[in-house]
Amino acid sequence: MKKSTLLKTVAAGAVTAVAFGATTAANAETLNIVSWGGAYTMSQQKAYHEPWMEKTGDEIINIDKSGNALAGLRAQTMAGNVTWDLVDMLPADALVACSEGLIEPINHDEMLADAPDGTPPSEDFIEGSLTECFVPQIVYSNIVAFNTEMFPEDKQPDSIDDVFNLEDYPGKRTLMKKPINNMEWALMADGVPADEVYDMLETEEGVARAFAKLDTIKDEVIWWEEGAQPPQLLADKEVAFGSAYNGRIFNAAVNEGQPFEIIWDGQVFELDGWVVPAGKLDKVKDYLHFATDTQRLADQAKYISYGPARNSSAKLVSTHAETGIEMKPHMPTYGPNFENALPKNDAFWADNIDELTERFNAWLAQ
Amino acid sequence: MSTISSGPRPADYPNRRPEEAVAEPTVMTTADGTPLKVSLSRKLRRSKIKAMLLVAPLFVFLVVSFVMPIFDMLSRSVDNPEVPTELSRTVAAIEGWDGEGLPPETVFAAAFQDIKEGAQNRSIGRVATRLNYEESGARSLIMKTARNVRNAEMPANAKAFLIDIDEDWGDPAIWHVIQRESDPYTLSYYLAALDMEYNAQGEIVEKPEYMQLYVDLFIRTLWMSLLITFLTLLLGYPVAYLLANLPMRISNLLMIMVLLPFWTSLLVRTTTWIAILQSQGVLNDMMVAVGLISDDGRLQMIHNQTGTIIAMTHILLPFMILPLYSVMKTIPPSYLRAARSMGASQLYAFRRVYFPQTLAGIGAGGILVFILSIGYYITPALVGGQSGRFITNFIAYHMQSSLNWGLAAAIASILLAAVVILYLLYNRLVGVDNMKLG
Amino acid sequence: MAAPENATAPEKAWYYIFRVLCALIFLFLIGPILVIIPLSFNAEPYFTFTEAMLSFDPAGYSFRWYEDFFTSDEWLRSIRNSFIVAIFSTILATVLGTIAALGLSSRFMPYRSLVMAILISPMIVPLIISAAAMFFFYSKIELAQTFVGVILAHTALGIPFVVITVTATLTGFDHTLTRASASLGADPTRTFFRVILPLVTPGVISGALFAFITSFDEVVVVLFLAGPEQRTIPIQMWSGIREQISPTILAVATLLVLLSITLLTLVELLRRRSERLRGMTPG
Repeated sequence: MKKSTLLKTVAAGAVTAVAFGATTAANAETLNIVSWGGAYTMSQQKAYHEPWMEKTGDEIINIDKSGNALAGLRAQTMAGNVTWDLVDMLPADALVACSEGLIEPINHDEMLADAPDGTPPSEDFIEGSLTECFVPQIVYSNIVAFNTEMFPEDKQPDSIDDVFNLEDYPGKRTLMKKPINNMEWALMADGVPADEVYDMLETEEGVARAFAKLDTIKDEVIWWEEGAQPPQLLADKEVAFGSAYNGRIFNAAVNEGQPFEIIWDGQVFELDGWVVPAGKLDKVKDYLHFATDTQRLADQAKYISYGPARNSSAKLVSTHAETGIEMKPHMPTYGPNFENALPKNDAFWADNIDELTERFNAWLAQ
Repeated sequence: MSTISSGPRPADYPNRRPEEAVAEPTVMTTADGTPLKVSLSRKLRRSKIKAMLLVAPLFVFLVVSFVMPIFDMLSRSVDNPEVPTELSRTVAAIEGWDGEGLPPETVFAAAFQDIKEGAQNRSIGRVATRLNYEESGARSLIMKTARNVRNAEMPANAKAFLIDIDEDWGDPAIWHVIQRESDPYTLSYYLAALDMEYNAQGEIVEKPEYMQLYVDLFIRTLWMSLLITFLTLLLGYPVAYLLANLPMRISNLLMIMVLLPFWTSLLVRTTTWIAILQSQGVLNDMMVAVGLISDDGRLQMIHNQTGTIIAMTHILLPFMILPLYSVMKTIPPSYLRAARSMGASQLYAFRRVYFPQTLAGIGAGGILVFILSIGYYITPALVGGQSGRFITNFIAYHMQSSLNWGLAAAIASILLAAVVILYLLYNRLVGVDNMKLG
Repeated sequence: MAAPENATAPEKAWYYIFRVLCALIFLFLIGPILVIIPLSFNAEPYFTFTEAMLSFDPAGYSFRWYEDFFTSDEWLRSIRNSFIVAIFSTILATVLGTIAALGLSSRFMPYRSLVMAILISPMIVPLIISAAAMFFFYSKIELAQTFVGVILAHTALGIPFVVITVTATLTGFDHTLTRASASLGADPTRTFFRVILPLVTPGVISGALFAFITSFDEVVVVLFLAGPEQRTIPIQMWSGIREQISPTILAVATLLVLLSITLLTLVELLRRRSERLRGMTPG
């Protein structure tokens, strides 16, 4: 008797637990939104999600999977069970996903909000940023930052060359464990002008030259894989330099008071935005319309130093929500920051990512 | 069941076969008159069927939930559906091409149609991705062409039309790749997993040295696993000896110390090694505190081979101690005493009498630790850094980041083959039914 | 194994050196697991002993990381998921495994060693391979990213443990007992519940505990197979460790160590009980 009641209790408990998991999804509309996590998701939470949830009563679940978004989409599509409703993705991945039919084509002028002055989206978003399946949100930048306390005050690094200069600027560096950005920086530090970098990388000599330059610092590099690692490593003084997304460095410096400084020289900037998994358009189109309007994109810039992808929003960028500092000087697109900036070449990377990654991995293992 | 053939029959039974007639008179029977032999074999068969029926549900479950997935994955390492399905017309047209110069106009026309259709169905990306593994640049060639032909009418001269879109269509290289990959099965993934590739002539050659990766990784995985196995033996042998020779009450208590790590979450044990070994961690702090090293001279013990080796030795040590212990437990201490009483030195007696009897345990523990070690993923991924990675980390990488699932399957198959060989060896040596858990 | 009285001086020295060596190895085995327990009560977000901790200043210790753990929705949800998956897969693995073990321990089982080798294989095949394989296959049959899929996968992984422990219990099993029961008039069902089951129960329970802890700890398969709804404790720990190990992870680790101590104690008690029942020497 005792045993069977115990079993029943356990079984009943488990069943209720499962049922509980199911009902939360059934009642209110729940949106599973995939993004990058950390400070970035937080900025979306404040600027888009919270006002939306307040307005509609929907629940939004943040999933920090954008780093593997393409893999996740392929897997879920193959599984015939797509649980993601909206995905934050890089444009290069969006191109691939679009060509494989994993995500919905977007009619931008029909689905997105006009600017307050009536400018249609196709003219309001940054020129050339709208592709078939992609709705851009922000312009962000890959930069190298350093911990100011690791260098004497009169000898702070200020150019991408300094990252590769172990003699004058000793210490460990942390770089992303991918060829992207590192190859570009290596060539720039080796004296190649920004606008010739990708032409150079098309050639075998250019690739060899980039690897040769990376060789000079290889022993001093700790390779990171998660966006949260470089600020952490910089804060712990495990490294002197770290490549990172500019927003994360801004966040650590302004919100946590870390002594970090960004080297804007040689920044590699690109877009980031939304894609809609196949079959989810009806579910998320209202949210998408809301979250990409002029005001929302401008609001996001109150929380993180990424430039809005709409020209009408860029004019509204004001001050940081918590500290009140002026945001404009921290944007990748701010004049002085933008002097030696390199736009990421998605077409180049779409073609060469397989081969260069393999070569990069082989190079790492040597 | 019993109604079919056995049972006593009248002597004049008409259909009786001749040999039975001869045999019957001498047969021993059971109480009910069944021949003993028949009854026994029937009983045996029934017991066999009963045993099999008991095992069947689990067996079927495991085949469906585990064995079939494994074979399904193995098939992926040679599966090559993209080109044959997405470029089906091109594949048919290119079959007869002799490989000299450029393929004929019919092939170009077929490619035009295939790509146009793929662009409209938004399925062309798959073949673009697939071809790009073989030939960098193929992706944008296909995608650019797809954009241009999507709404185009079939041109009079497809060759000129495609070459006009991108001059790479005028290079035989891409056509060679398409022809080579037009079979529904391919060896390309295995070649890639062994650092080899096809050259322009279609021959199998080694990749240039700066592209070689996996063979070295396989070797490193084997080498580090050997080292870890050796270390677990070095540390496990004395402990097992002690446990086997202490009074039961004490050894049971000490056994807890072996079993607790065994029962503790793998992630927990890996986390503790991170906390202990990292440069701001417990061990470095202690060494700085006692003045063994200076504050700037902190040792890098994690995110490299050292980290992987230490953590994995710790994690796998119980798997060495337990089989050793169970073998040593069966060796009567009187053997050693006898050798000693006949004048052998302690060392000599150990070397000639005790040690040879533990070889079975060393073999069992050694193979088990080695098998588990070459397949480990979590620990090398978390504490291995760059130099302490195993081949498993690249299976995960191709599964989750590069999405080259064919290559992941090929690497996995090679690793699995190694594991299966070792497992068979283990089975021969120890017998899986003798495996013990604590 | 006491130092023999007639041992020579170097042999006596070796005897003590050997004991010290063994003590060090035991320290290596158990030390790391114990170290994290005090560290998880650190008041500061560090992974090392602060001065306040070393001087046993109460201010150096706190429960803040446990508070973090028990007030975080994400962690609580992952605890719930872990239990759901572990309980169901344990039940499945135990039932299937026990029945099969009865057949396997029969003398008449054909191809016994081959079948056994296949049943044990989930323990031997590298997890990353199992995970990748299940990911492909379960995706095809639409079980990926569902609780059912994860539970079935964990059942497969837990089965070898049940099979091994239950067959081990049955090796010592005296088959004349079932015949005795039958000859006294009990039908097979009655024999099973009244004779066989009480004798194998300790083995079944420890097999179940093994299956439970296997599922509860498992991360690789869940990493590939689970969707956002099925995040378990190990997944949560895994992503935590990969980004930055927060002391909350140490608090979770400590709780998991306590869990494993409990389970280990249970298994040990059962093992002794079982050996007593089967008339073997205790221990």
